[in-house]
Amino acid sequence: MEKKYWKGLEELHSDAEFVKQKNNEFAEALPLEDVFSSKATNNSTTDRRDFLKFLGFGVAAATLASCEAPVKKTIPYLIKPEEITPGVANWYASTYADGSDYCSILVKTREGRPIKIEGNPNSTITKGGVNARVQASVLSLYDTARLRGPLAAGKAAKWDDVDQKIVAKLNAVNENKGNIRILTASITSPSTKKAISEFTAKYPSAKQITYDAVSYSGMIEANKNSFGKAVLPSYRFDNASVIVSFGADFLGGWISSVEYSNQYIQTRKLRGTTKMSRHIQFETALSLTGSNADKRVAIKPSEQALAILNLYNQIATLAGSATVSDKAVPCAKDIKAAAQELWAAKGKALVVSSSNDTNTQMMVNAINNLLGSYSSTIDLDNHCNIKQGNDAAMVELMEEMNKGEVAAVILYGVNPALTSPKVDDFKKGLAKVGLKISFADRADETASLCDFVCPDHNYLEAWNDAEPKKGNYSLAQPTISPLFSTRAAQESLLSWSGNKMDYMTYMQENWKGTIATTQSLTFDAFWTNSIQSGLYTAPNAPATATTAPTVDLAATASAIISNPAPKGDLEVVFYEKSGIGNGAQANNPWLQEFPDPISKVTWDNYLAVSPKYAGDNGLVAGTVVNLEANGQSVKLPVLLQPGQAYGTASVAIGYGRTHAGKAANGVGANVYPMISVVNKAFHMMAAAKITKTNDALHEFAATQTHHTMMGRAIVKETTLAEYIKNPAAGNAPELIQTNFGKRPSEEVTLWNEHENPKHRWGMAIDLNACIGCGGCVVGCQAENNVPVVGKDEVRRSREMHWIRIDRYYTSDMNEERGHEEHKGTKDVMHEMEVPSENPQVVFQPVMCQHCNHAPCETVCPVAATNHSSEGLNQMAYNRCIGTRYCANNCPYKVRRFNWFSYTDNNKFDFNMNDDLGKMVLNPDVVVRSRGVMEKCSMCVQRIQEGKLKAKKENRNIVDGEFKTACAQSCPTNAIVFGDYQNPDSEIAKLEKDQRAYHLLGELNVQPNIIYLTKVRNTMSNEA
Amino acid sequence: MQMHETHNTIAVPPDGARLRTPLIKGVKTYTQLSDDICRPVEGKANKWWWAAFTLSVIAMTWGFLCIAYEVGTGIGVWGLNKTVGWAWDITNFVWWIGIGHAGTLISAILLLFRQRWRMSINRSAEAMTIFAVVCAGLFPVFHMGRVWLAYWVLPLGNQFGSLWVNFNSPLLWDVFAISTYFSVSLVFWYMGLLPDLATIRDRAGLAGRKTMQYVYSWLSFGWKGSARDWSRFEEVSLVLAGLSTPLVLSVHTIVSMDFATSLVPGWHTTIFPPYFVAGAIFSGFAMVLTLMLVARKVLNLEDYITVEHVEAMNKIITLTGSIVGVAYLTEFFIAWYSGVEYEAYAFLNRATGPYWWAYWSMMTCNVITPQLFWFRKIRRSLVLTFIISIFVNIGMWFERFVIIVTSLHRDYLPSSWVMYSPTFVEVGMFIGTMGLFFTLFLLFCRVFPVIALAELKSVIKQIDERPENERPH
Repeated sequence: MEKKYWKGLEELHSDAEFVKQKNNEFAEALPLEDVFSSKATNNSTTDRRDFLKFLGFGVAAATLASCEAPVKKTIPYLIKPEEITPGVANWYASTYADGSDYCSILVKTREGRPIKIEGNPNSTITKGGVNARVQASVLSLYDTARLRGPLAAGKAAKWDDVDQKIVAKLNAVNENKGNIRILTASITSPSTKKAISEFTAKYPSAKQITYDAVSYSGMIEANKNSFGKAVLPSYRFDNASVIVSFGADFLGGWISSVEYSNQYIQTRKLRGTTKMSRHIQFETALSLTGSNADKRVAIKPSEQALAILNLYNQIATLAGSATVSDKAVPCAKDIKAAAQELWAAKGKALVVSSSNDTNTQMMVNAINNLLGSYSSTIDLDNHCNIKQGNDAAMVELMEEMNKGEVAAVILYGVNPALTSPKVDDFKKGLAKVGLKISFADRADETASLCDFVCPDHNYLEAWNDAEPKKGNYSLAQPTISPLFSTRAAQESLLSWSGNKMDYMTYMQENWKGTIATTQSLTFDAFWTNSIQSGLYTAPNAPATATTAPTVDLAATASAIISNPAPKGDLEVVFYEKSGIGNGAQANNPWLQEFPDPISKVTWDNYLAVSPKYAGDNGLVAGTVVNLEANGQSVKLPVLLQPGQAYGTASVAIGYGRTHAGKAANGVGANVYPMISVVNKAFHMMAAAKITKTNDALHEFAATQTHHTMMGRAIVKETTLAEYIKNPAAGNAPELIQTNFGKRPSEEVTLWNEHENPKHRWGMAIDLNACIGCGGCVVGCQAENNVPVVGKDEVRRSREMHWIRIDRYYTSDMNEERGHEEHKGTKDVMHEMEVPSENPQVVFQPVMCQHCNHAPCETVCPVAATNHSSEGLNQMAYNRCIGTRYCANNCPYKVRRFNWFSYTDNNKFDFNMNDDLGKMVLNPDVVVRSRGVMEKCSMCVQRIQEGKLKAKKENRNIVDGEFKTACAQSCPTNAIVFGDYQNPDSEIAKLEKDQRAYHLLGELNVQPNIIYLTKVRNTMSNEA
Repeated sequence: MQMHETHNTIAVPPDGARLRTPLIKGVKTYTQLSDDICRPVEGKANKWWWAAFTLSVIAMTWGFLCIAYEVGTGIGVWGLNKTVGWAWDITNFVWWIGIGHAGTLISAILLLFRQRWRMSINRSAEAMTIFAVVCAGLFPVFHMGRVWLAYWVLPLGNQFGSLWVNFNSPLLWDVFAISTYFSVSLVFWYMGLLPDLATIRDRAGLAGRKTMQYVYSWLSFGWKGSARDWSRFEEVSLVLAGLSTPLVLSVHTIVSMDFATSLVPGWHTTIFPPYFVAGAIFSGFAMVLTLMLVARKVLNLEDYITVEHVEAMNKIITLTGSIVGVAYLTEFFIAWYSGVEYEAYAFLNRATGPYWWAYWSMMTCNVITPQLFWFRKIRRSLVLTFIISIFVNIGMWFERFVIIVTSLHRDYLPSSWVMYSPTFVEVGMFIGTMGLFFTLFLLFCRVFPVIALAELKSVIKQIDERPENERPH
């Protein structure tokens, strides 16, 4: 028994008075009477002066208390997790594979939150590259539109109940021998495939159907027909010296574009070599790939197959093989020239096509075969698994559903109510299915029609594996425990099949039996290694000899001619934008605000037509038209797109979402339903008709509204031939007229040099390596907490991106020509504003140039922007009073002003307006307040982290050990970050390169960013 | 009524018979002068005053509401963007500062040059200066993103560490230039008011208006009118005139350096200081004329502010207008002669780009209209002068708009070229400062003598050329 101590004898004796007082907080009588009675007031010891003192104190204390800023409590770890040190990031290797993109990635987590995605440099496929979508995917984790748990008939439910009901229904279907269909996107995960097969084993009437929103089934079919291998090949653009692409946007989204971008640029960097690949693009819309091409020919989509036939015949003639029947095409001359170049590069040539027509792809295969590409630039053995869709199966499924032959459908990673052509058929069919289950993470267009939604984890919360390429394995691991009551889709399938194993164990078991057997380590060691690196590459299976295609080419050719592609007044092609892609991540505000690399338009899709076509048809930029194709019609604004083939239009898919969430709903229009279905294959084109509507002109939210360089030496460029003669070609130094004649601008200065005692950081941007994809824009946004401002604010030219990709078109007019034509300066200048009909395109990433003689620094009245001893132009947000003088005086216009508060402001209802979305913020970078200027800091937080790390380890900084976010995210390594003071650094070498120049060099602001001239492999007879 | 009788009974010699045109019309005694000039202060306001005052207060209130909205929401409620960081705000600032140039010029420089005709107009011109500077000052303050930290532009001791202002920044020079100009102008103006305030005090005493006498005795700082008072008054006037004179030149010089020291094509121009000063005087005189022509009518001061005054000021307008015109042409010549493509384009774009209408409005209003004053008839016509003065005010506003917006909207990298258009908030703020200006001016008309009474009394003596027996007693 517990010991008891008494407060006094009173307690011991339980004195009546004591007992009474015991429960009274104020045991002794309070002198209330003394204070409040009138007698007390008269005799009070509190005199007037004391009263005033108390009053003053009271008022002051109350005021102070009310001034206090609201307190947000942070809860420290009660028990510190072993692997988490507050303030230190943890990195996990993982994998992004959503059925359309694949990237091996590193996930940066801070205090248990994933905040940044970077490429895994050890990947044999993506080699450290990531695209905008993969970078932005971290924000999709914190999407408020995600489901908090399973839904049954649209209402929140419990997993147990849902499972019970589903299993009961599945069993019923099974007993009735009803058809079960599992409709999935391309699955690269071997363990997921196994889980599905376990499910189909339990329910024998179940069948998996693979459906890709953007289909490549024509190519898969063609390879099956030509070589007996129903796969997509792996391409080696780095082995090709001549690349001819028919509409394939292999830098901007075609199959595995991150991989191809890196390969492509290997032969175009001109580091220590003068060899450069030659790239010819035949395409309809001006794509990212087309704008990087050395030669670009605008063709109509209906001409593509015929152009390929012509190319085959030209090459067959050169090879002395039999030709096939063909038909004349307007671009015959260019085809002939391309054929000659390809033939000259035999064995190092590559022809690709975007066509989803099996016959056309078979002709492409035949061309590549004649060119000997299968041994060098195309690899069918280590085939690519990224796309496996089968259009015919999908079409058949729709037919089956409409006939009422499908009893249950399970949807995984697909959203056919949005993406399906003939979407009404799909919806009607779906309504006839008895049991509809979706694994979607939100109640999207399809999931909202389903009976059950069993939300899958976000990929950052889940275990998974992937085999994007045969023998190349990739692992995904959770980087945060699931935010909501979600469950891995695989676990759902397994549990419905009666297997209660969790997916990680299941995956391990699967690897034990299959993948692990290809190596000699113990499984635990192998597993740890693989998880740690995120990768495992199995030893190459011996290559099988590629057999020559055994198809009847004549029959293929006549099939192409007799079965022409849809033709009409206006031929429209549908394409994926680099940002929104197929629309799966449309509710990601970073991607919505990501400027299209070509049009620079954000938050919209549109009908792009050539300016000439628009002029001939009475259309102007922003005219709202009704587009009719394949029995569907949508309203779209017209965008004048130089380079678009005459008589054609292009529209991006992935827009017009209705059930994606607040950022995506109502943005643009959905054109998926217009996709043509020919021979049970989905063709991303249609014959269309447009009619003008009476709607007011649409105003685009574009980040760049002026498109030509106006004859200024902003992007300096030359041709390969000139470059070989003189590496400094096109890079004439800027001279300033002085009393002593023309002098280089650096010599004409009044400024004192800054001292850089230790480092001078800088970046070099190779304009030849930059493909303009814009991955850096999203990388920077994620790293530096750059706010999203929305469509209206972008219309007001107030986007906040710290790095932008300037895109310029060439113009037909230039000063020389104007002089020849005796035109006045005024007319010349006005005509120079107009891009050519098929312009050459240049891209130039521009961020703060970190000038050593910075114009912004001198004009700030409060010295809020100033120079660091390491060459950085730094911004002290706390000191900024917001005069915007610095922005006015910045010749590069890279400074961004906080016009409003972009956090906790309902007018800017994006990720920084809710606690969930804010979890993505980088704690190392301050969130700027209203009224301050901000700009690129050259990721000073990374520099600081790297310096501290080196200091702790008592060593010098190794070149390249840390990089800015933009340099890190660049799939082509066009941006090189480093220290000019380190003579061995890459940047110190590049500074001496004869291609290096400062943007606007004549201003002599001495930037720490250098650019390397663009070199085009154009022929002398080409513009 | 008495005044009119005087008019009728005393024969005024014809103009040609005098050595110089009298500075004020009619024959006035000291009493009449005091009566005429103190009347608006002592009497009741008429309908027109109340109408104007109400309108001004409404405009001012609207302006302050716009400011409150802007401060509460963010600069984003204006039409600015990533490329055009200043537009109406700084345009209005420079415009108002320019208008604030005439007062000090008239009172200081013309005092030093012994131009006695200034006496009829210097008081109100100075008042105008002060009110214009108040209006001007609002813009650089409220154009700040974080206006609550505006005091950081002052070199105050602080606890932020070693933070100090940046003496390289022309904006900081502005802070000093404008605050100095404002304080010197205010002191100069108020000092000139002392004897007149004492007059009102004394008259109020005589009329038995105790409160008024009390208030004005405070306002007049106990002016006694002793010889010592007058001697000190004269001395301080001269000293302040000496101090103000360089300020007239320096303020707009420094304002012009906001632009001239930058590297924006169209701003980076060495001609800016003299060109801005000339422009400021130009616009200042125009505004003085606009106001004066109304005030003389409304306050019945036709005798004191005469056609001669108007003509003298019109001559200055023609001179400064021509300087401005030459400056415009010089800029164009230099843009071409420099061989700098950015500079050349900036000017080509001004004249032929998307804002051509602003440029040609400026050219028409500032260069062509003042040249009409070469005709004596026009420069002596009050109606035409009034119209032209308005044109000049508009033209000078466009000048600043052209310089600021057309230079910024298309500078070095075409990728950042954008258009700018104002929102109702910016327009509202401008209207608000107009309201503030006129509110202050109207109050001034009712509280202080609008003409420097004491000084003017020194000129009637001089110009009364009548024979002794004909002079009024």
